[in-house]
Amino acid sequence: MSLATLAFPEPREGILRRVSDVLVRRARLLTLLLLVPPLLWIGLVYLGSLFVFLGQSIFSIDEFSGTIVREPTTATLLELFRPANFDIVLRTVGVAAAVTALCTLLAFPIAYYAARYAGPKVKAGFYLAVMMPLWSSYLVKVYGWKLLLAKEGAIGWFAGKLGLAGALETWLALPVVGGPSLSVSYTGMVLTFTYLWLPFMILPVQAALERVPPNLIEAAGDLGAHPGLVFRTVILPLAMPGVVAGAIFTFSLTLGDYIVPQIIGTSALVLGQAVYTLQGTAGNIPLAAAFSLVPILVMALFLTLARRTGAFDAL
Amino acid sequence: MHAPAPPPVTPAVRFEGVMRHFGAVRAVDGVDLSIVPGEFFAMLGPSGSGKTTCLRLIAGFEQPDAGHIEIFGEKVEGLPPYRRAVNTVFQDYALFPHLSVGENVAYGLRVRGVGRVEREKLAREALAMVKLAGMETRRPAQLSGGQRQRVALARALVVRPKVLLLDEPLGALDLKLREEMQSELKGLQRALGLSFVFVTHDQGEALSMADRVAVFNEGRIVQVGPPEEVYERPATRFVAGFVGSANVLEPAEAAALGGAARPSSLRPEKIVLLAADAPEPTGAAVVEAGVVEMSYQGAVRRVTARAASGLHLTAAVPASASAVAAGDTIRLAVPKGAVQPMEGEG
Amino acid sequence: MTRAPLSLKIAALGGLAFLHVPLLFILLYCFTTEEKSYAFPPPGFTLKWFGVVWERADIWAAVGLSLKVAVIATALALVLGTLAAGALARAKFFGREPISLLFVLPIALPGIVTGIALRQAFGLMEIPFSFWTIVLGHATFCIVVVYNNAVARLRRLSPSLIEASMDLGADAFQTFRLVILPNIGTALLAGGMLAFALSFDEVIVTTFTAGQQSTLPIWMLSELIRPRQRPVTNVVAVLVILVTFLPILAAYYLTREGEAVAGSGK
Repeated sequence: MSLATLAFPEPREGILRRVSDVLVRRARLLTLLLLVPPLLWIGLVYLGSLFVFLGQSIFSIDEFSGTIVREPTTATLLELFRPANFDIVLRTVGVAAAVTALCTLLAFPIAYYAARYAGPKVKAGFYLAVMMPLWSSYLVKVYGWKLLLAKEGAIGWFAGKLGLAGALETWLALPVVGGPSLSVSYTGMVLTFTYLWLPFMILPVQAALERVPPNLIEAAGDLGAHPGLVFRTVILPLAMPGVVAGAIFTFSLTLGDYIVPQIIGTSALVLGQAVYTLQGTAGNIPLAAAFSLVPILVMALFLTLARRTGAFDAL
Repeated sequence: MHAPAPPPVTPAVRFEGVMRHFGAVRAVDGVDLSIVPGEFFAMLGPSGSGKTTCLRLIAGFEQPDAGHIEIFGEKVEGLPPYRRAVNTVFQDYALFPHLSVGENVAYGLRVRGVGRVEREKLAREALAMVKLAGMETRRPAQLSGGQRQRVALARALVVRPKVLLLDEPLGALDLKLREEMQSELKGLQRALGLSFVFVTHDQGEALSMADRVAVFNEGRIVQVGPPEEVYERPATRFVAGFVGSANVLEPAEAAALGGAARPSSLRPEKIVLLAADAPEPTGAAVVEAGVVEMSYQGAVRRVTARAASGLHLTAAVPASASAVAAGDTIRLAVPKGAVQPMEGEG
Repeated sequence: MTRAPLSLKIAALGGLAFLHVPLLFILLYCFTTEEKSYAFPPPGFTLKWFGVVWERADIWAAVGLSLKVAVIATALALVLGTLAAGALARAKFFGREPISLLFVLPIALPGIVTGIALRQAFGLMEIPFSFWTIVLGHATFCIVVVYNNAVARLRRLSPSLIEASMDLGADAFQTFRLVILPNIGTALLAGGMLAFALSFDEVIVTTFTAGQQSTLPIWMLSELIRPRQRPVTNVVAVLVILVTFLPILAAYYLTREGEAVAGSGK
């Protein structure tokens, strides 16, 4: 057979092949070498910066000179509980909760339709229709709402044409949710946040719903359960991990944002703005660091609770 | 019959006290073996017995924790796979999905710096050898399981290994295709005069294809020898039970049936069912027993019977033999030499 | 499959409309003649704002900077993210889980925290703000996008392919070039596209790491807070949508055969 008689060159020896010998022999060394550059970047540059910044929350600021006093103290952390500061925390958590609730409400029908009724083509279309806004420019999306919510803007105009101007007035006259116009009210802020983070809720909820076996729903139907009952007792509990996973995003993204409240919303500060002004014009880095700990702690708490519901399988 | 090969020639593969542990699991626990150049060597054993790890040790995907491995006299411990003159046909074939069939076969030539024209020619020849001429431009995904298997074979053979390693290559094929590939593999091996090392958990496959079989259990080789020897004279209870089926006899039982007073094995098909009026054959031990169970299996009937001494025997008798039913009393004859003593436990 | 109830259909389509209509309004306002307010309906239509944008050097400087930052941050993220994925996709060692969590941290934590932390670190080490400080910030959160895509694909890659390559005589580098790279190429491309879109659009971290330089999102942010010629902002916004739309669409088609686009938010 010709195969047995032919000769072909041996592979060329070279420095690369020598290096390869060592790497193949010692898989751990290879893993370590691969890991060093990204770990230096993230571990040293990023994590280092993070610790240096957040660590300053145990320092305080000298009220007269405005310089940082580098002595450990709990005073700065306790300052968070002063009424003015605590209000900021509560206000932000309230907005985040409202946004999360509204996102869930809007996301559910989309996710449910895509998961249960859409064919492959429609499903791909839905997926793209959700992914595009998710990845398109954050600022552009905020800007879109500034246009819509402005006093002279489209929402006001349509409300007028539909004879709902009065209803809008009444809504804006309400305490808390109201304001001089939609663009300077909590309503506007919550709407904008909801719009921004909605895709983050749709995707995990859809993933969770797709995992509900259709025969489970049919079985419940066969047993005589009313569609509403099937929804409440079978579908909703099984979709819950998806909702929690989505809520992780909507909650954390709202807690950390400082740009939307700057453009749309009332003059009362939310957390992100507080951090921004404290590190900037106020120059109070210790308090900024203390405030930054709040969203991190809230999210850590949330994640711990979420882990128990199995939300991570839906991510 | 092949002699158990005390090799005057350099063995194709030699293991000496080879160990490979994964944490607390002793995958390979002190294996010695010697594979003769040009032989078809089967490593047979249940999953987790260490046979695949041994194959991977030869290929270089694993390194031994202790012991020595030689390929044609060259110590290969620490050598990466690409420095060993052995090639592997993988269980899942491991064809490169981004390359065409022709490019897959030519891959080993390409990394050796063989020119395009030359390697395309060699790849064509190799594909023709496995009866896939003209399939060069297909993608692996477009092939059937049997065809992928052949591509994997051509890809490994085209670089002219000194030893070809096959990891359960027929496991994923259906029965008919498997039988066809068995004889084809055997034919290729003879034509090329190469050593084939073949891992399988299928005893029928090992017996029908191999020149020698090594039976693995719990990280050790419990018996190695030609198929006839392994089948006829299983060395341990494990071999007796794993390679075919056997009646395992305690020393006293063995002695009563004409064997030595040692733990022994007795293959069911060696036992003869005597017709009611037949005379007792000379030189055979005859046992009277009550039928406990009878099952029809096409070519044979399996009869399990219990003697007055409490001995259970299973016999495989021709299906044409007179029918018996549970509860009947029958006479079973065990010919001289049918009871084979076993050396070890394990 | 049964047909969906009408109310569900309406709610689902309404939700999708909610996601897209605001973007249409941005397009509409590109053509308005009113530049001092967002009056609806627009009092008149004009194409002049496209010409204005074309003439504005400050916008094009910002676009140029954003593109340069995005390209370099993406390149860095591709290298670092692929290395991290290569190390973590299959190897098992103590500390693997915390390390993979570490790579996700920059997008899991609020951008403002990342931004201020980096700003503080630059201040501490007396690094002046520059093009490179922006790149450094962007690469930090782009790594995870590449990492996610690469790690998902690597995990689907059969390990026997790598063994087969080495078995046939290829060393580690040849195996990487001839087998691994072609098989994870589209995932890397998709990850790179998403990283590019993410960087091109980033504003929060950039605010803290940019100094006096203005990327396109920074320019837009200042226009949102203190609007001057409003329709100009609209034209730029549409431009941004187009620039980010194409890579995202490409990433979608590149990963469609396999897993869903493995990226996450901003």
